[in-house]
Amino acid sequence: MISYWARKVFRDFRGEILELPTRTILFAAGILLFVLPLLTQDLYLLRVMTLAGIFAVFAASWDLLAGVCGQFSFGHTLFFAIAAYSSAMLNIHSGLPPVVTIPVGAILAVLAGLLLGLPGLRLKGPYFSLASLAFPAILLGVIITFPRFTGGELGLSGISRLGATRLTEYYISQSAMLILVLAIWKIATSKTGLIFHAIREDEIAVRASGINTNFYKMLAFSCSGLFAGLAGGMYAHFMRIAGPSTLDLILSLQIIVWTIVGGIATIYGPVIGVYLLYPLVEFLRVVPQLRTLTFALIVIVVLRVMPEGISSWVQDIVERECPRCKERNSLFRPYCRICNTELEHGKRFRLMKRGA
Amino acid sequence: MRQGGAAFSTDCVLRRPAASIYVWETVMRRIAERGIYWKMLEQVFINGLISGGKYALLAVGFSLIYGVARIMNLTHTAFYMLSAFLIFYLHQSLALPLAASLPLSIVAVTLIGLVCYKFIIAPVRERFTTVMILTLTLAIAIQEVILISFGGFFRTLPKVIPGMIQLAGIRMTSQHLLTLVTVSVVLVCFWMLLFKTKTGIAIRAMAMDREAANLMGMPESRIAMLTVGISVGLAALAGAVVAPLYILEPVMWMHPLVVVMAAVILGGLGSLKGSILGAFILAFAEVGLIFLFPHLSFLRGAISMAVMLVILMIRPEGLFGVFMEGER
Repeated sequence: MISYWARKVFRDFRGEILELPTRTILFAAGILLFVLPLLTQDLYLLRVMTLAGIFAVFAASWDLLAGVCGQFSFGHTLFFAIAAYSSAMLNIHSGLPPVVTIPVGAILAVLAGLLLGLPGLRLKGPYFSLASLAFPAILLGVIITFPRFTGGELGLSGISRLGATRLTEYYISQSAMLILVLAIWKIATSKTGLIFHAIREDEIAVRASGINTNFYKMLAFSCSGLFAGLAGGMYAHFMRIAGPSTLDLILSLQIIVWTIVGGIATIYGPVIGVYLLYPLVEFLRVVPQLRTLTFALIVIVVLRVMPEGISSWVQDIVERECPRCKERNSLFRPYCRICNTELEHGKRFRLMKRGA
Repeated sequence: MRQGGAAFSTDCVLRRPAASIYVWETVMRRIAERGIYWKMLEQVFINGLISGGKYALLAVGFSLIYGVARIMNLTHTAFYMLSAFLIFYLHQSLALPLAASLPLSIVAVTLIGLVCYKFIIAPVRERFTTVMILTLTLAIAIQEVILISFGGFFRTLPKVIPGMIQLAGIRMTSQHLLTLVTVSVVLVCFWMLLFKTKTGIAIRAMAMDREAANLMGMPESRIAMLTVGISVGLAALAGAVVAPLYILEPVMWMHPLVVVMAAVILGGLGSLKGSILGAFILAFAEVGLIFLFPHLSFLRGAISMAVMLVILMIRPEGLFGVFMEGER
């Protein structure tokens, strides 16, 4: 029995992961994340990677709302900040541990998601994007007007730690990232996710086929709020401060940059984007004057060369789509791994992709 | 950096005064001191007009470029800032007269905008989100270039015309009057260009239906290029006319960008009169807040957003927008 399961796992592993180069790369990267503390004990690096894990969940939750469901929100920091502030307040005033405060903060973020969903039901496209910009701005005004409860500009500090040591925090963040992103990916590829995709493509057609689009849009908002809220709570407990910086417009735009550079509407794209770009920005500290400029130029060049994001660019290089069954195959296979159709190899890869 | 983990830290501390709960007391006192109160309304009026004119110039360009090329150009206000700083550079460092450095910087910024469009934006134009992020990073790159070459200091420019002027019982500096006149002349010229010339008809046709306009023999890419030129030129002009009135700093593009987007959405995408009206509504809301409740001036971003949200909730397509415009 055990040997049967072992053989089955190994066979699935070889067939599903080793067969496709992109999946192999992702698998290796996941393994690398978990053995990283064995290779280096650099606390700064661990800190950067912990934050990257938290932001990866945040960016993926934005991708679920914007990339998958098409509700292009500019105010996603609303969820992040509400969860961060509420878990911080709960922790400071009642002394509850992070295990309790983070989910409570996430639930409040779900309520915020329903609130943000109200204009989402009424407004379309760019109108909604700009209207969503209003919510963090208004919340920021509220936070600064009532400094007694919210700490005003300085924010709330003295929050208990996420884990006992840096290493524990690192592992909590990375495993939470894997589990939550997997959950988001499962939602996006489920039947509900299919309806989300359809709403993005043509909302009127979806409504015409008898689906309650208002319900599914609200569902997308609350799911996205839940995951963004979990990320926000983890952020507050990791940084041990919840301040107005969690509401920054720059943070809202940053997750959009990460998502689009990684590849929008893929869920794994934003994670790749965060893990490549966030450490990159941190390590550009060697040129403090030119850091942001270098980052901006890198993003411009990357998007100019690969307008659909890094993940789909790499996929186009190392994989071929079977002309018959549309399954992806490794570059080196002469025949499709599913239907045995001969794959064409004449097509040369174009490095600079033109617009569609 | 310590708290935010923000990638593009602007090295600029936002200066918000501490909140006060004495707002109503202040208002009551102001009303009691009636003389000061009316003077203040005058100032609100003048400054609202100036700031509304600035936002209107920016919003018209933003709206035009969105309508014709379907580009959400987040670099728009960065060009406005670039032009102001270029005037500063030409005037202070190269010691050119202001009269020469104003047009020179407008031309230079327009050229920069066209080059950026041609080589960076145009090849990936069909991808809406990619274009948005490209323009955003371009704006950040411009901000950084300015930060590196000028430093994060606050700069001011001398007035083009010094002195004060009395007009219909309202006292204002000549520079304010000059700005008002320039803005209205430019807006009228722009309207004439769009509605009275052949090029203007082509631009409007392209905004209405790109494919049909193309079939009617209008060169799509050339008109897009022209629109980008006009739009960036208007932004540069806005920067030039208000440069002597405002304090120049490398993050001065951020707030106008938000207000301009709000104004364009508020007026209805693709509607020029809507953009202008939206710009003035938001400018008056903002200036009124700053003058009447100086303690709450940090809320100026929130107030324009709240106004936009209220109007959008009543009319989801903006004041003059077309419903289902995106379906075209």
